[in-house]
Amino acid sequence: MKITEKEVRHVADLANLKLTEAEVARFQADLDGILQHMDRLNEIDTSGVEPMAQVLLGADPAATDQGTTLRADEAVLPLGNQAALANAPQPGGGYFKVPKVIER
Amino acid sequence: MKIPPLTIDGVREGLLSRQFSAAELAGEALRFAEAENATTGAYLHFSPERALAAARQVDDKIARGEEPGPLAGVTVAVKDVIVTKGILTTCGSKLLAHYIPPYDATAVERIEQAGGILMGKTNCDEFAMGSSNENSAFGPVRNPVATDRVPGGSSGGSAAAVAQGTAVVALGSDTGGSIRQPASFCGVVGVTPTYGRVSRYGLTAFASSLDHIGPLARSVKDSATLLGVIAGRDPRDATSAAAPVPDYAAQLTGSVKGLKLGLPREYLKDLTSETGQLILKGVETLKSLGCEVREISLPATDYAIATYYIIATAEASSNLARYDGVRYTFRSGSSETLSDMYRNTRGEGFGAECKRRIMLGTYVLSAGYYDAYYLKAQKVRGLIARDFANAFQQVDAIVAPVSPFPAFKLGEKVDDPLAMYLSDIFTITGSLAGIPCMSVPCGKTAEGLPVGMQILTRHFDESTMFRLADAFERTQRT
Repeated sequence: MKITEKEVRHVADLANLKLTEAEVARFQADLDGILQHMDRLNEIDTSGVEPMAQVLLGADPAATDQGTTLRADEAVLPLGNQAALANAPQPGGGYFKVPKVIER
Repeated sequence: MKIPPLTIDGVREGLLSRQFSAAELAGEALRFAEAENATTGAYLHFSPERALAAARQVDDKIARGEEPGPLAGVTVAVKDVIVTKGILTTCGSKLLAHYIPPYDATAVERIEQAGGILMGKTNCDEFAMGSSNENSAFGPVRNPVATDRVPGGSSGGSAAAVAQGTAVVALGSDTGGSIRQPASFCGVVGVTPTYGRVSRYGLTAFASSLDHIGPLARSVKDSATLLGVIAGRDPRDATSAAAPVPDYAAQLTGSVKGLKLGLPREYLKDLTSETGQLILKGVETLKSLGCEVREISLPATDYAIATYYIIATAEASSNLARYDGVRYTFRSGSSETLSDMYRNTRGEGFGAECKRRIMLGTYVLSAGYYDAYYLKAQKVRGLIARDFANAFQQVDAIVAPVSPFPAFKLGEKVDDPLAMYLSDIFTITGSLAGIPCMSVPCGKTAEGLPVGMQILTRHFDESTMFRLADAFERTQRT
């Protein structure tokens, strides 16, 4: 077995996901099967291969122009408080309100 | 007024010869789309006010004798993971059921600047995670070709909208096949351009190193025209490429003689299927047009699914962390503490597939597993990209299937997530390498289900891809 229900609960905690008991059982089975499939990566030799985080590093640098040119340093208007808060579930006083974090 | 399914050129001719106005066309298209939507559920919501305002602007320009733009009056359906200012953008998620973005995606902005008409937002798998459109919180989309079947995913609504003729073209997004696979299932053209070719500004992030915006259309030429409008450097997306954007549509000469094509040995293992037979028939057609076809090898193919589902879920678990009940409309009602609010909001808000992927991504990034999974997958990604680079030393384009099978029945595969992931094999490799790839219709099965052929080319060589697809498409017209 690649992953236990206890580990599923630990990962759900790390991800800030509340799972039901049924979900814990389901994800244990699903993730176990998927992780077993992923084990096949151990078969392939990657010694001397650089990890690839950006696909265009091998492409023509003139085409990609990433990080080589700085944009003009011009001031632009920000989104603004009202627009930023328009989708807030609980705005208040120009801020996002959340349940109390610190006990006084 | 009854308007037949039109191409971009057809719309332009109709407008300039005064057969119809852009406002008439948009009004008729909206009526037709709303009626058709009862059958397919392709759209989640329409944007009639914005569509008609944009159409009137096009009409005014034409009346003043000005150039109305390359997409003048062209109706465009936009996948609901792409933000639209003032218009609901749900990402197919309960979490964003009431989210109204304060800005437009760059691609949407460019479409409207070019005279395009935003029809509405199309259904999709939640946060673009899925291959069947069954993971939408707002219900599935039905394939217009066979309504008991899925349209593919995750851009299922965009593919269905184009296939049923309710929009001339559509925008989809593709992370591992989400434009090409639904295009194949619905019998339309779907294009995933080079990574960075189209700005991701305003595309809701799923896996940032793999996410693309791209066109869906009923012809190769229309997809090429739309890509020409939306492509190009955008200062608001640091990964967008500065390479000049050619006039793709003007390069569709119909001539592909002498082009060297590769058939990957690893993709051809099971070609007894109807899909395989149609692809091989397509290859014969390309040979008859003067292409040279040779077998090539992409040896790391067997590792692509594992690689993709590690990298994509790892990135997704980070990107989806923002949906925590603080900023984006939905918050669980019953939480005493901040931590409970996060956990309850996410537990109630995300659907099963998003949770599964967040769990997987969190696991592969967690202490003790990072090197074994995430780092290893990034290295194998390097090998997959190297396979393609080697292949493109020998050939100009690669021809492959899009999906191992045509559109399946609704509900047929929902209980086996791994089987669903494994069906992404032919589209995922090109996504990992960041090269341009597209699906072009190559016939139908005995049951009448469309099958798409995939064409892949070098980074930034969309021109060869379009030219080949267009030449092939000309042979398919009856």
